Amino acid sequence: MSHVLHDIEKQIIKVLQSDPNLTEEKISQETKLSMDQIRRGVEWLRQKKLGDVSESVNISLSLGKNGLDALKNGLPERRLVNLVKDGPKTFDEIRSSLQGFDFNAAIAHAKKNDWINIEKTGTGSKISLKDPDADVPNDLDLIISKLGEKTIAPTEFDNTPLAEPLKSLMERPDFIIAHEEKTKTVSLSETGKKIDLEKLDSGAIDVEADVPHVHAARIHPLKDTINEVRETFAHLGFTEIIGDLSQSSFWNFDALFTPQDHPARELQDTFYLKGLNAKQLATPTQIKNVSNAHKKGWRYYWDIQEAKKMVLRTHTTCVTIKYLADKKPDEARIFSLGRVFRNEKVSYKHLVEFNQVEGIVVGKHITLRDLMGIQKEFYRKIGLTKVKFWPTFFPYTEPSLQSMVYNERLGKWIELFGMGIFRPEVTKPLGITKPVLAWGGGIERIAMLKFGLDDVREFYNNNLSWLRTASKCQ
Amino acid sequence: MPVVELSLSRLQNLVGKKANKKQILDSLPFLGLDIESLDGNIVRVEYSPNRPDYSTDFGIALGLQGILGISKGILKLDVKKQGNYEIKADSSTSRIRPFVTGIVARNGLLDDESVKQLINMQEDLHVGLGRKRKKSSIGIHDLDRISFPLKYTTTSRDHRFVPLNSTKESSISEILQDSEVGRDYGSILGQSAKVPIITDANGQTVSFPPIINAALTTVTTKTKNLLVEVTGIDKQSAEDMLSVVVTILQGAGFQFSQLKVSGSKNSTPNFASRSIVFDADPVNKILGLNISGSMLLSCLKKCRLDAVMKGKKIQCTIPRYRFDIFGGMDIVEEVALGYGIDNLKPAWPASVHIGEKNMTSEKLDSISRLMTGFGFMETLNSTLTSEQILYEMANRDSSQIISVTSSKSQEHTILRDSILPGLLENLSKNIHETYPQKFFESGIVFSKGAPIKETSSLACVTASEETHFSEMKAVLQSLLRIGFNIKCETKTLPSHVLFSQGRVAEIIVNKKTVGYIGELDSKVLENFRIRTKVVGFEIKLSGLIFD
Repeated sequence: MSHVLHDIEKQIIKVLQSDPNLTEEKISQETKLSMDQIRRGVEWLRQKKLGDVSESVNISLSLGKNGLDALKNGLPERRLVNLVKDGPKTFDEIRSSLQGFDFNAAIAHAKKNDWINIEKTGTGSKISLKDPDADVPNDLDLIISKLGEKTIAPTEFDNTPLAEPLKSLMERPDFIIAHEEKTKTVSLSETGKKIDLEKLDSGAIDVEADVPHVHAARIHPLKDTINEVRETFAHLGFTEIIGDLSQSSFWNFDALFTPQDHPARELQDTFYLKGLNAKQLATPTQIKNVSNAHKKGWRYYWDIQEAKKMVLRTHTTCVTIKYLADKKPDEARIFSLGRVFRNEKVSYKHLVEFNQVEGIVVGKHITLRDLMGIQKEFYRKIGLTKVKFWPTFFPYTEPSLQSMVYNERLGKWIELFGMGIFRPEVTKPLGITKPVLAWGGGIERIAMLKFGLDDVREFYNNNLSWLRTASKCQ
Repeated sequence: MPVVELSLSRLQNLVGKKANKKQILDSLPFLGLDIESLDGNIVRVEYSPNRPDYSTDFGIALGLQGILGISKGILKLDVKKQGNYEIKADSSTSRIRPFVTGIVARNGLLDDESVKQLINMQEDLHVGLGRKRKKSSIGIHDLDRISFPLKYTTTSRDHRFVPLNSTKESSISEILQDSEVGRDYGSILGQSAKVPIITDANGQTVSFPPIINAALTTVTTKTKNLLVEVTGIDKQSAEDMLSVVVTILQGAGFQFSQLKVSGSKNSTPNFASRSIVFDADPVNKILGLNISGSMLLSCLKKCRLDAVMKGKKIQCTIPRYRFDIFGGMDIVEEVALGYGIDNLKPAWPASVHIGEKNMTSEKLDSISRLMTGFGFMETLNSTLTSEQILYEMANRDSSQIISVTSSKSQEHTILRDSILPGLLENLSKNIHETYPQKFFESGIVFSKGAPIKETSSLACVTASEETHFSEMKAVLQSLLRIGFNIKCETKTLPSHVLFSQGRVAEIIVNKKTVGYIGELDSKVLENFRIRTKVVGFEIKLSGLIFD
């Protein structure tokens, strides 16, 4: 089996093949690689079963506070014995002659060793020496002097006569401190040991290793959907026309039979451009006929000054109606796509500026069912398959329908494009004689479905981390 | 779109027991009513402003009965000429609110919910059809508190009466100043010294249109007989509004007596229906159907219209309240609704049309592709932006500002004349992300013209510690050369507010300045809280790669 190894792995193997058990720190020193690189490399080796990591706990012993005191002054019980060697002493005498001395411990251990006698007398208890050899140094003294001020591994006492006494000394408070230290020792597995670094194919790289994320520069996700919609309209035989975002009220409203006192024309719904009026509106005939249609249909004084006020277009229909009025085609499939504006409070479902597409079919024999079919095909092409139609109302089409599309993620029907046939009150004054069927709507809604967004503002936040990672879910 | 709240069980009672709640719910969308929310027995629906008869459950029940086939055709309206109900308009009203009309509705029963529905209807009619009461407005009164004949006249602003929902007398001036309705609608009356008023035979004030009724005639659940009056500046729209109220009260079970209206261009309202005669052929053709004459008649009757064959033609009778029907195409819609939109199957038309994208769109597309190829991320910003971003933070001259009126949003008040400040704003929002950051945007910018000029521009920026002028110039030159075979030069510019001195140039194509390129000025960057170096350019595309 041949191995593909990262340079880090090779360096680790190299040092371990000459020295089979090393800590990560040691490997880092030897290879001059960072600890982070060593950790990664060791983890890769472990996953490839080329290396093992054993975690061990090292214990070392040193003298504690009481131990150091015993080193200097002797064990408490031995100091007691030395004091009573010349004759019995009372408790009080012993207490007063030994400073900082653990009296209770001294008595307990001297008694346990059977070195002393305690006699009760009328003037209090007296201690006298029992064992004349009690001052001969024993194992405990030996351990204390051996430790001295050094640190020693407990294993040094294993299998020596001092092993048991050490245990008893460790039970006494503050005599001996045990320090614990964890180390990771890295070694090679049998396979790892056999790797011949010289013979590894130097051209091969580790193709399975993890890699960092890279970010593609990309077209904005909303633009991606806009492009898809534009492409699909072209596929369906529609030709794109474009027009200005700023329009006269005449083409945005009047030509579409929207009366001048209609709520949609109020400041709170439409953006008017401060102090700007259109210089050229339309042909004199177009103006006259539209004016007459309003007078007849809505019975009011139609004011040309009102029609001259410039607005930010509230729909793309102003572009399509002007095209139809100017060209008067007998047969046509055209579409217009671009930004439209509404004076709304910005929220998760409303923007003041968004994209709309509108397709127009003109033809002597075109039917409402045909328009439904075209729309269904449009949805199929952009990946939306569950579609149904409901009646609705638009001021300048009759009949008017809206299409509903089922969204699996949300588990409900979403209202998408609207459609309808232009009212004769719109077409006749402009000299358009053939039926005009229109369909379209907002594009952000479709993009929201495609990118799984619930907040339309996300598209215009230009949050780089979202732009870098946004992916289509439909 | 206006919304009406309905109780399903009440609606079921009105429609008739033959329909269950599920059928009713399923049918609402096919009347053009969008279900906005459903909570147990309460359903909220959005209705179209062209169908004010759907502003109450009474009107919706009429529609449902038709579409479900429970009760079809026109609901016959019988306005009796009994009783001596009369209102006379004084010529003084002609200068302020010339028209009055009305009707007497008898023997009805109004429970709490019905009163609620009528109030909702009144509000919606005032907003829509009445154009916020300016064009026409309604008053509904307890008939039994009124002595006939009534007088529609004018009075001075110190005239006093007890207004609705009050117990003490106020003057007209006080009402206009102190009450909410007075402040909201007082402007309709302008500065006129005389204001309209309806008084009864005993001289009691009945109503102060279009502001408020008198407390005297308050309608309660004990009220059995009503007077409905509508006043306005357009006779036909006042009668339109009245016809909707009559239809809804008819649905609520009232019977009607005529209110004689006279004086100064006024006349008694006429509730007669109209008829439209049309060929079945064009209807079938435009819908893409082939349905028989008798089927067509049935479709129309399901929409609560009447229809009979007249030889090969169809005569359709339209009740007074369906003034949304203008002509033939409206009849086509009624046929489609009666036929059932869900029965209309999508078809696929044979077509010889070859579609294509606009050349401008295509070229903007190829710019996007090239710019992403150079490693730039596309951003999208509003063309309607804020003074703060475009001028204040960018230190730019705002003398040519183009603003919109009454924007509801502070961030969207002026049209952009440059794209670059928006890109700086994008960098500013992303200072916590990894660098280098490279952005571009293409789109419309506005300038003053005749009256306004729209052109397309492209701007891009690179932000990083290592970036420099020549990196950006290389992108600019390659873009124009590869994409459009255009050679460009950069010529030293003494100064430019956006860029640092000595590090800014004009972009020249065929001896014409088409844009600017340079390292962004440190003060501008500070304003946007950007802490790295930024280089960028902005170039006008209109006139360069398309017209």
